[in-house]
Amino acid sequence: MEPNRLTIHELQKRFKNGSLTSSAITESVYRQIASVEERVHAYITLTEEIAMEQAREADRRIQEGNGEALTGIPIALKDVLCTQGARTTCGSRFLENFIPPYDATVVKNLKEAGAVFVGKTNMDEFAMGSSTETSCFGITRNPWDLERIPGGSSGGSAAAVAADECIASLGTDTGGSIRQPAALCSVVGLKPTYGRVSRFGLVAFASSLDQIGPITKDVEDCAIMLNVIAGHDPADSTSVPAEVPDYRVFIGRDIRGCTIGIPREYFVEGIDPEIRVAIDRTITTLERLGARCRDISLPHAEYCIAAYYIIAPSEASSNLARYDGVRYGFRAPDAENLLNMYKKTRSSGFGAEVKRRIMIGTYSLSSGYYDAYYKKASQVRALIRQDFDTAFTQCDVILAPATPTPAFRIGEKIDDPLQMYLYDIFTLSANLAGIPGISVPCGFTEGGLPIGIQFMASHFEEGKLLQIASAYEKNSEHEKRIPDL
Amino acid sequence: MKITVQEVGYVAHLARLDMEEDEKETFTSQLNNILQYMEILNGVDTEGVQPMTHAISQSNVFREDEEGKSIGVERALANAPDGDMGFFGVPRIIE
Repeated sequence: MEPNRLTIHELQKRFKNGSLTSSAITESVYRQIASVEERVHAYITLTEEIAMEQAREADRRIQEGNGEALTGIPIALKDVLCTQGARTTCGSRFLENFIPPYDATVVKNLKEAGAVFVGKTNMDEFAMGSSTETSCFGITRNPWDLERIPGGSSGGSAAAVAADECIASLGTDTGGSIRQPAALCSVVGLKPTYGRVSRFGLVAFASSLDQIGPITKDVEDCAIMLNVIAGHDPADSTSVPAEVPDYRVFIGRDIRGCTIGIPREYFVEGIDPEIRVAIDRTITTLERLGARCRDISLPHAEYCIAAYYIIAPSEASSNLARYDGVRYGFRAPDAENLLNMYKKTRSSGFGAEVKRRIMIGTYSLSSGYYDAYYKKASQVRALIRQDFDTAFTQCDVILAPATPTPAFRIGEKIDDPLQMYLYDIFTLSANLAGIPGISVPCGFTEGGLPIGIQFMASHFEEGKLLQIASAYEKNSEHEKRIPDL
Repeated sequence: MKITVQEVGYVAHLARLDMEEDEKETFTSQLNNILQYMEILNGVDTEGVQPMTHAISQSNVFREDEEGKSIGVERALANAPDGDMGFFGVPRIIE
């Protein structure tokens, strides 16, 4: 087996017994990139020279016996995370030449843990999209079917892991942007609790919803990555100073007696029949392992999309006001005055979806409409959170589909924004409530497209998610496959 | 109609976006479609519900008012489209 197919924990064993070096695995990752990237296009920027240097340094450390949690592991970063000295585009022409003057805290954490940085992955422009089709640097294709989308907005990060173009990656999730592409690409994706991971150096989309998390080949790798990035950061006042457990201890733990809630509102209509079958099979597996599944209710589930697509664009319209052509990024030439410069710059610097969200947000927050839209949505958000609080008095985790259908075709929804928004139906609520969610592969359709299952837990209960997800992963009956590239 | 072409033009101005007529018309139809969908929220009784602005309960975070490290003028200006003179340069403001 090519070493680039291995997981973090498998590589660590090989580093330890000396059968593999970081230089060798890093080279094997770049060989894979050279052979498949033209078709997949998971990356915006590759940093091979720096990576090979980091790999050699890692090999020195491993030999000295000074390896850290991720020493020598090739990792990809979504191009929304600031990397000092390496351009960070957010998938936008606006930031095509932006070189951050500092590292995001998660990047710093990974560096200190010894990671090797493969490159920056493709994404929907400013993380606004569900398919990675709104990137200004071209679309990413799903490694399982090159005619289909990989999901989004962290489509590049999910595709890179699925295509073995890195060992693990970081994505960001504002409404499902880690869990949804992970499900569509048959990899594991975790959105931590809001406040669990520092957002310092993450280019903001919707500040009350954004969260950084790992995309990995298995659940154990997910725990290893979360161990490195979780924790309080004085540079992000919304990061929570709560103790961080060793997430690896939850891997392989018994789930006998765990109660799994099945929200009845999620299973009413609109789920692809093959996904339905895969979910039923998952429930059977979990019950066989001793978990108890019970019916629960999330009464405000049907309002999630409307509330989200008011709140997220409102926050975005405010956050994206910073792109004014003055301090960094693109500036349109030949403006007669300042106002004209702002308008020309923003009109030609942003793509259509970003403009659409700025427009929805500006409208929702504008005088006369604020109460009807933003305030109303924020009240409904409180009710949605209450639903979860009540549900978690009755169960340990909630089981839900990750997506209503398998990956759709490239171009299928791009001209109908509302249809694209509706695709996020099962993932948005976790962001609104601030709770953690994980997506784990649970099989394939007859046509060979991946299906993901989602688990959600109460605030700061990532451990429970990892426990259930790893128990399911070890005992699931669906076939393990690799994409044919 | 929830929003007219004129209103789209006004909101675009607030957001500092220029739009051609055909772009305004596309946006008008798409925004109407989206805002129509948002009507669903009117079916929720939110009487007396405190709007939720944070995902987790938070209090103010204070620190001592002490000077910290900063990135310095040169690095702060390194990405500026016009930052040659030690300042952020912009087009004429006063006619």
